[in-house]
Amino acid sequence: MSLVGSAASSNAAWSWNLLNDVRDMFSYPFMVNAFRGGTIVAIVGAVVGWYMVLRKQTFAGHTLSVAAFPGAAAATLIGISATIGYFTFCIAAALVIAIASRPSRGRGFSAESAVVGTVQAFVLASGYLFATLYNGVLSGLNNQLFGFTFGITDAQVVTLGAVAVLVLGVLAVIGRRLFFASIDTDVADARGVGVRLLGVVFLLVLGAAAAEASQITGALLVFALLVMPAAVAQRVTARPVAGIALAVLIGVVATWGGLTMAYYTSYPSGFCITSFAFAAFIAVHRVRASA
Amino acid sequence: MIKAVLGVIPLAAGEAFVFGQPVGMANRDIGYLPQRRSFDASLRVRGIDVVRLGLDGDRFGLPWPWSAKNREAGRRVRDVIEQVDASPFALRPIGELSGGEQQRLLIAQALARDPRLLILDEPLDSLDLPNQSAIAELIRRVCVDSGVTVLMVAHDVNPILPYLDQVIYLADGGAVCGTPADVITSPTLSALYRTPIEVLRTSDGRLVVVGQPEAPAHHADRHTGQPH
Repeated sequence: MSLVGSAASSNAAWSWNLLNDVRDMFSYPFMVNAFRGGTIVAIVGAVVGWYMVLRKQTFAGHTLSVAAFPGAAAATLIGISATIGYFTFCIAAALVIAIASRPSRGRGFSAESAVVGTVQAFVLASGYLFATLYNGVLSGLNNQLFGFTFGITDAQVVTLGAVAVLVLGVLAVIGRRLFFASIDTDVADARGVGVRLLGVVFLLVLGAAAAEASQITGALLVFALLVMPAAVAQRVTARPVAGIALAVLIGVVATWGGLTMAYYTSYPSGFCITSFAFAAFIAVHRVRASA
Repeated sequence: MIKAVLGVIPLAAGEAFVFGQPVGMANRDIGYLPQRRSFDASLRVRGIDVVRLGLDGDRFGLPWPWSAKNREAGRRVRDVIEQVDASPFALRPIGELSGGEQQRLLIAQALARDPRLLILDEPLDSLDLPNQSAIAELIRRVCVDSGVTVLMVAHDVNPILPYLDQVIYLADGGAVCGTPADVITSPTLSALYRTPIEVLRTSDGRLVVVGQPEAPAHHADRHTGQPH
């Protein structure tokens, strides 16, 4: 699949005639699907990521996305769709973290990071095991770690869209309670908000979002779509609604920019998307430092 | 005692009622400010949003931005923020505010649903002296203006002493209840704590409670005050 991507990019040339460039790019179905999938994932990643940064659960988010790697490797090994592997492993890892890090009353998330670290080490190791058992398809391994944006099929786009609708729907229902539970845990608990249950639901949502993002940027670069837009948005504005909207905007622009760059150069799409998101992060950091 | 009033812990014996309902059933009418919690300095959430959570943070779904209900909620939030004099800093990220400013916003949060009973757990804890008296004065004003009963737990009774209507002392399994003038006397407190305690009267008639320098440290001593 990555072969198709690099073959196409070698005969594509940037002409500065933007309309022609876009038309040229979109004449390839795999590019259209990359944009569709990338946009869906950018939106979900930004919204879920905003809550994740607010709750300081980036480590959990990273571990859940790393769980995508053994997921994809195991799916390849037993010959089923990688998408199923991604979601199964990410959701399972989310459940393990949620159950194992059950916070004792009033002690918050203190026990979580140790559990998360343990899970991360184990999923990485099992990913390596599955890859070894399959006996080398190195390009497959690269795809699992760094994304294979240009190999997204129509069916995968549909799956991504369905999961996105589900994730955003759940967040729309619990969004306000989750915000309360995230920033003011004690009072939310006294008001019967169900802090513990919300934590579990959010980890599952995070697992689904990480599984989605992994398919675009790969398991290792998932931060590009999950953390960076949200981190930038929270530096720029303290308003919840504006912050989420800005995170979505940054995520979508970085994805579109990154995919375009990947098409016209020979660099991997995961790197290109990450670069755009990182540029936004640096820009905001400099602006705030000088302000 | 607070946990019992909120119905969070079961009663060891007997029954308790809040506004004629068994404890735990009347929590909608109670505004609760837990013991001092501070927000992480890096938390990028505005004070006004934290206050808003006190009003409708336990709802499902999202507020519809242009609905009358949402405008009404926004008005209510601005009113309580005005009431605690927090308007100048309510739009700044709460992590950047001082302890006294955060405490004002948290009181506004507890007031947001217009409670009949306001329970404050150590509201003056870890504030400096000027802020202690400012917050104590603010609590008295809120109490009088909005006609809300305030139940307040305090280690140090002195900053709030001038504002109390009723005081309950809990120590060593014993309790004394009554008006400050009746309860806060050297014999009563010394007997309760089983250690010498002096009550002084200042030139303008205020009471000051002082433990003896050689008094052994007590970990169980807590005063409960009840203005209004």
